[in-house]
Amino acid sequence: MDLALLSTLNRHRAAREAVALVTDLASGAARLVTPESLAGDPAAEAVAEAFRTGKSSTATAGDGDVFVDVHVPPVRLIVIGAVHISQALAEMARLVELDCTLIDPREAFATPERFPNVRLIAEWPDVALPPLRPDRYTAFVALTHDPKIDDPALTIALKAGCFYIGALGSRKTHARRLERLAAAGFSEGELARIRAPIGLDIGAVSPAEIAVSILAEIIGTQRQRRRG
Amino acid sequence: MSEHVAGGLATETEILATAEAWRKAGRGVALATVTETWGSAPRPVGSHLVIDGEGNFLGSVSGGCVEGAVVTEAIDVIASGVPKLLEFGVADETAWRVGLSCGGRIAVHVVPVN
Repeated sequence: MDLALLSTLNRHRAAREAVALVTDLASGAARLVTPESLAGDPAAEAVAEAFRTGKSSTATAGDGDVFVDVHVPPVRLIVIGAVHISQALAEMARLVELDCTLIDPREAFATPERFPNVRLIAEWPDVALPPLRPDRYTAFVALTHDPKIDDPALTIALKAGCFYIGALGSRKTHARRLERLAAAGFSEGELARIRAPIGLDIGAVSPAEIAVSILAEIIGTQRQRRRG
Repeated sequence: MSEHVAGGLATETEILATAEAWRKAGRGVALATVTETWGSAPRPVGSHLVIDGEGNFLGSVSGGCVEGAVVTEAIDVIASGVPKLLEFGVADETAWRVGLSCGGRIAVHVVPVN
């Protein structure tokens, strides 16, 4: 493998861009394939499948066997609001291997004592979010109920194209939120991407149950997208 | 801003970055990748191990079962510049049970980084 190819692979990984390293198992010749350059590649079908599933595998393409080494960014979860639901959500996220970051400017809420083993940022979302570079491999959840905190965060998440965007609040609260975001320039189609009321409808009552319903909705969205 | 970080290391990222850094530093480098597994292999397909010409390595293709053999083969690959496809399996099931816990078979592709 060329050093230049390895450098390019590492650059894609650092930028959280999906990329596959396709290596001919007989000759060792290697090439990089991205979702954009997929069409026309001899191993296009196997590479597309690898992008969907996130799993590397050996495949037959053309005259011989190739190994498709797929690099898909790890899925992240960004939670706005160091509230009761977030305590359960952060713990459960670890079990399903979601890399979780919590943001809450209220320092009384965002304490390491309440959130051990979680990346915690006690800052306003418009300061904390941009350096995290949310993207389409990011699930985003707003849980504070406070428009001062949730609205600017939702604005960033919508623009970043996060694959899941959920916001806590009753239908009434959400209707008012949609009015504010529409006034800020978002179209109906864009705003339809916000899941609210948040979480699968399983009749969740306790904070931990609500966390289960949110996590289930995130997993469903993630897996369906990969199936599609 | 207060930030509290804990959790696992991004080892795959470290391994590939190390391969690049070692080569840029002028070392002979090979990259080994698990390309197939059968049975209960300890490391999944796509796991990497980077090796330099002196036998230094980082990463894992089997959780310790066959790393020694892969490193030896990788030194050959670095010297010859020719990739190798290696297979490791259960030759003696009893010995395997005693010595190694994995009990699976794996294929490992070793390529030089030029």
